[in-house]
Amino acid sequence: MATETIKSPSFWERKSVKDVITKAILYLIVLAGAFVLMIPFFWMLSTALKGQEEAFLIPPQWIPNPFHWENFAIGWNTLPFWLYLKNTVTIIILTLIGQIFSASLVAFGFSRLQFPGRDTLFFVMLSTMMLPYQVTMIPTYILFRYLGWIDTFKPLIVPAYFGGGAFFIFLLRQFFLTIPLEMDDAARIDGCNNLNIYLRIILPLAKPALGTLAIFSFMGEWNDFMGPLIYINSMEKRTVALGLAAFQAETAFRSSGWNLIMAVAFLLMLPCILIFFFAQRQFIQGVVITGVKG
Amino acid sequence: MLINKRIRSTIEGYLFVSPWLLGLFIFTVGPVIASFWLSMTEYDIINPARFIGFSNYRVLLREDPLFWQALKVTTIYTLGSVPLQLIFGFLIALLMNQKLKGISVFRTIYYLPAVISGVAVSVLWRWIFMPDVGIINILLSKIGIKGPRWLGDPNWVLPALIIMSLWGVGGGMVIYLAGLQGIPTELYEAAELDGAGKWAKFRAITIPMMSPVIFFNLVMGVIGSFQTFTQAYIMTQGGPQNASLFYILYLYQRAFQELRMGYASALAWILFLLILICTVIIFKTSTGWVYYEGIRGR
Repeated sequence: MATETIKSPSFWERKSVKDVITKAILYLIVLAGAFVLMIPFFWMLSTALKGQEEAFLIPPQWIPNPFHWENFAIGWNTLPFWLYLKNTVTIIILTLIGQIFSASLVAFGFSRLQFPGRDTLFFVMLSTMMLPYQVTMIPTYILFRYLGWIDTFKPLIVPAYFGGGAFFIFLLRQFFLTIPLEMDDAARIDGCNNLNIYLRIILPLAKPALGTLAIFSFMGEWNDFMGPLIYINSMEKRTVALGLAAFQAETAFRSSGWNLIMAVAFLLMLPCILIFFFAQRQFIQGVVITGVKG
Repeated sequence: MLINKRIRSTIEGYLFVSPWLLGLFIFTVGPVIASFWLSMTEYDIINPARFIGFSNYRVLLREDPLFWQALKVTTIYTLGSVPLQLIFGFLIALLMNQKLKGISVFRTIYYLPAVISGVAVSVLWRWIFMPDVGIINILLSKIGIKGPRWLGDPNWVLPALIIMSLWGVGGGMVIYLAGLQGIPTELYEAAELDGAGKWAKFRAITIPMMSPVIFFNLVMGVIGSFQTFTQAYIMTQGGPQNASLFYILYLYQRAFQELRMGYASALAWILFLLILICTVIIFKTSTGWVYYEGIRGR
């Protein structure tokens, strides 16, 4: 044994040293990237806490002195953002209810039931995901106008009750497929029909997937801009996204008040950031289910 | 009995999917057909539609420089942002797949910008790209570079928007990461037994195994970038000199600002065809480079 170690490896060839150096370099790269990606956030927060003139100082102060915490309240109340928040939350909740029930019902049909044409229909559903929203946008707008729904929340809510979107149906179907079929069989022996199986077995078991759906739905509705832009006209029916757009259009035009705009923009990003931090697992799982296994 | 049961289960199946099936006809099939008919009319919502045949398409293709400008802008943006997102997303995923301590914290940080979207992000980046007081030009001036006017310069507005799109690179990263973690370790172990080095393993295992995921991100990236709207609407309104007149922004202006619903429908149909052609091309070429484990040749 001893004779074999006569020729000891040189400093660089030693595996541990090489590993440590590679790791250090990797850490440096990762750290630098993370830092660059965070700059916009720092910059936004820094601006949001500055006074009117300080925001335009060159060279800029990264850490404002003093902190103008009042900017958040001032910005928020420049336009009736509480009202916009109420509108947005109303839309989100009503949309979510529709999506949860209709998407899970359809996903149940696509994953637990056998019927002729099922796989063809499923393929059709998947291909509608490729269809850009804008192709159907104009006729749909005309339809809603004919129904007298312009400048109401209905065009933003009602479609969610018709399957809740191909993406969510697909997400739930993928999850339902992981629930063992034996559970259905057992329930059937106990005299359950399909509706009961759906309501009593699948839905309760699908809570994590429904949670993922809720998160995605919230993010989508919260950030949706084109929908409200097209359908909402009245000031008092604006969503928060429309409100921020209007706020920046009015304020930035005078090329002042960027501190207030950043304050409001930060407040509007906050729910998404918080949800992401607290529900990271479900979030990433949802992305992965639809992205990799698709 | 048996036939009855079959009919019953068929009816039941269709009942369960009926919300979606109804929605398919009301919100997809119907509007697609209506859109095609509208595209052959002149229609301003107030007066009845007037049938004009393929005139909208002829005007679009022959006499509308803005249509070509919108197409150009969208294409350049797609060619710039999609490949960069693919490459950076993949590289970052490889980095995040290393066994480093605390790497999950970094994954969160890299993913975070991709989670937020919409007006708030566009507003933020408009501020970042300010020529004199924006952070990018301030940082550039520190290393002695006088930054361009970004959103105010027709030559720099698209590069600016492409840079902004890279902020969301974490979105692709997460999907790649999941793909990387799904590669069976036995494959690497087997290759090591055969004496394969790091690069050989990367080329012969990682890339082929990841090709379906890259493919997915490519298709979704192209479709997504063709639909760019919010950034253009909030940050530039298509300017300066129409240098950021994205296709959807142009469509929106025609439809909802000028109420030319027929013309805008023709625009929508051309977009639909373009996306279809792109997708078909990507699908066709994919057989050459995408490897599906489930359907390997025997």
